[in-house]
Amino acid sequence: MAKNAKSLNAPVKKNIFARFADAVVYDFKHNKILWALSLPGLILLILFKYLPMYGIVISFYDYNLYGGISGSEWIGFENFIRFFKDPYFFRVLRNTFVLGLYGIIWTFPAPIILALILNEVRFSGFKRVTQTISYLPHFISTVIIVGILKIVLSVDGGIINIIISTLGGNPIQFLNDPKWFRTIYIASDIWQGVGYGSIVYLAAISGVDVQLYEAAKIDGASRFRCMISITLPCIIPTIMVMFIMKVGSILSVGFEKVLLLYQPATYETADVISTWVYRKGMLEQDFGLSTAVGLFNSLINIIFLFGANWFSKKFMDEGLW
Amino acid sequence: MLSMTMSSKGTKVKQPIGDVIFDIIVFIILMFVNVIMLYPLLYVLATSISDPGEVIRGNVYIIPKGFDLGAINEMLKHPQFPTSYMNTIMYTTCGTVLTLLVTPMAAYPLATDKFKARGFISVLYIITMFFGGGMIPTYLNMRMLHLLDTRLVMIIPGVISAWNLIIMRSFFRGIPGSLHESAYIDGANDWTVLWKIVMPLSKPVLATIGLFTAVGYWNDFFSALLYLNNAELYSLQMVLRSILVDATMASSGADGQKDVDQNKAMSTQSLKSASIVLTMIPIMCVYPFVQKYFAKGVMIGSVKG
Repeated sequence: MAKNAKSLNAPVKKNIFARFADAVVYDFKHNKILWALSLPGLILLILFKYLPMYGIVISFYDYNLYGGISGSEWIGFENFIRFFKDPYFFRVLRNTFVLGLYGIIWTFPAPIILALILNEVRFSGFKRVTQTISYLPHFISTVIIVGILKIVLSVDGGIINIIISTLGGNPIQFLNDPKWFRTIYIASDIWQGVGYGSIVYLAAISGVDVQLYEAAKIDGASRFRCMISITLPCIIPTIMVMFIMKVGSILSVGFEKVLLLYQPATYETADVISTWVYRKGMLEQDFGLSTAVGLFNSLINIIFLFGANWFSKKFMDEGLW
Repeated sequence: MLSMTMSSKGTKVKQPIGDVIFDIIVFIILMFVNVIMLYPLLYVLATSISDPGEVIRGNVYIIPKGFDLGAINEMLKHPQFPTSYMNTIMYTTCGTVLTLLVTPMAAYPLATDKFKARGFISVLYIITMFFGGGMIPTYLNMRMLHLLDTRLVMIIPGVISAWNLIIMRSFFRGIPGSLHESAYIDGANDWTVLWKIVMPLSKPVLATIGLFTAVGYWNDFFSALLYLNNAELYSLQMVLRSILVDATMASSGADGQKDVDQNKAMSTQSLKSASIVLTMIPIMCVYPFVQKYFAKGVMIGSVKG
C-alpha cells in the first residue's frame, strides 16, 4: 500500500498508460466504491464509442459482412483511392465545405449579434420573453423543421409562395431548385440555433465589468459605441472558443437535415459527404469505402480543429487547450 | 438571472435623444426576431385546427378559420402514428431515467480528488467529443452486438454522453468539499454521499441534463433510420418523416377510403400540421418549467474552465 502511494507521489517519468495502471491498482485498493460507480459508464463508453473506433480499421479492408474483419482482405488505401477517383468526389467535398463555410460566415455571427442586442434591452420582462421565444426552435426535431419548411415553402398553398404571388411574382420551386438549397439550409439553421447559441454570449456579457460602461458614459460614449467598443471586445475570448469549435466541425454538416431536405434534383448543391456515405454504406452496402470516407471526414475535422486552435493561440492568445 | 445584467446602467435623469432612438431600434429588431421565430409555429398550429378547406384556399395565416379538430382526430387513427408515439414515450422515459442514473455515477468519481484514475478516464470521455467511429462502423458494431431491430438500440447507446458527463462533473466540483467531509466522519461511504448529499444538491444540473436528454430521445431520428427495420418499433420521428417529408404521402385515412376525394389533397396540409402539433405538445409542456435551468447548464458545458 505504502509502495503504491509512493510510486504515485514520486515524480514519475513513466508513460501515461503505466501511470494509469498504477492509479487503477491504487484506486482498486482504496476507492472500490468509486470504481464500482465508474463501471457502468465505462462499459457503455467502450461498447458504444471505442468499439466503433476500432471498427474504423475496415476502411483498409475489402470488408465482407459475413466474414467479419478476419474474413476480409487487407487492401491498404484502395478504398481511399476509390473515393478520390469517384466522379462525385469533388461534388460532395465541395458541397460539404461550402455549407460549412457558409455556416461560419452566416450562422456563426448570428447569435453574437442577437446577444449584443438582447443585452441592450432595458425592460427585463421583454428581454426574458424574447429569450424564451428564441430558444424554442432549438428543441424542435430536424424532421419537424424540414416538415415546416416543406409546408411553408410548398408551391401550392405555401405561405411564402402566396406572398410572392400576391406581390406579382411567379411561384418558386424552392425545394426542387439546387440554387435555393444552401439558402434554405443556412436560413433554417439560423432560425433554429440563433437564440440558443446566444446563451453563451449573454453569459459572457454578464461578466463584463460595469465600471467600463460608467467610464465610457462620462466620456460621452453613445450606447451603440459602448456595445461595439466595450461589450464586443470583452467577449472576444468566448467568441474565439466558440469559433474554434465551429471551425473544428466545418465538415460535420447536419446529416439529418440534408438527408431530409435534399432530393435527386438538388444533389448538385445538396449532396454532402455524410449523405453520400449513408447511400454508399447503408443502401449499397459498400462498408469499406463508406468507412474510409467517414474517416477522411473526421480527420479533416481534426486537422481544422487543431489548425484553428493553433491560429487562435498564436494571434489571439486564446485556445481550447 | 441573466436579465439582471445591465439594469444598473439605466439610472439617469435625462436621456439623450440618441439613446431613445437606439432603444426603439433595439425594440424593433427584437420584435422582428420574435415574429420570425414564432410565426412558422403559429402558422402550423393554426392550420392544424382550421377547416381544411380554408387551409387549401390559402385563407389561414395565423388565426385558425373554422375550428375543426378533424385533422388531429385523423392523426390519432393513423395506422402508425399512435404506436410510434407510445414507442417514443417508452424510449424517452427509459433513456432519460438511465442517463440520470449512470451519468452522476460516472461523473462523481471524476470530480473526487482521491480517485487517482480520474484524469485518464476523463480523457477517455473527452476524446469521444471530438472523434468517433462514424456512421458505418457504429452500425456494424450494433450489428455485432445483435442490437439491430431491438428496443434496446433505441435506448442504451444514448445513455452515456461526454458532454453531459463534463457538465455534471463541473457541477459536482462546485459542491463544497466540507459537506462530504462531515458525511465521511459520520461514517458514510461514497455511495451514500453521492445519493444522499450530492444528488439532492444537484437538482438544477439534473433538470438541465434531463431536459436535454429527453428532448434528444424524443427527437431522435438517426437511430431509428439506421438500426430499425421493423416498423413496429419505429420511433415517432421516423413515422413523422414519412408523413411530412416523403413526397408520396400515403392516403391519410386509416382505411384509405376514397369518399372524400376532394378533401384528400387539402387534408394533407392539415394532417401534416396536426402531426407536428401532436409531436411538439410534450416538449412545449415541459419547456417553460425547465427553461430557467438550462441557461446555466449550457454555460458550464460550453465555456472553458
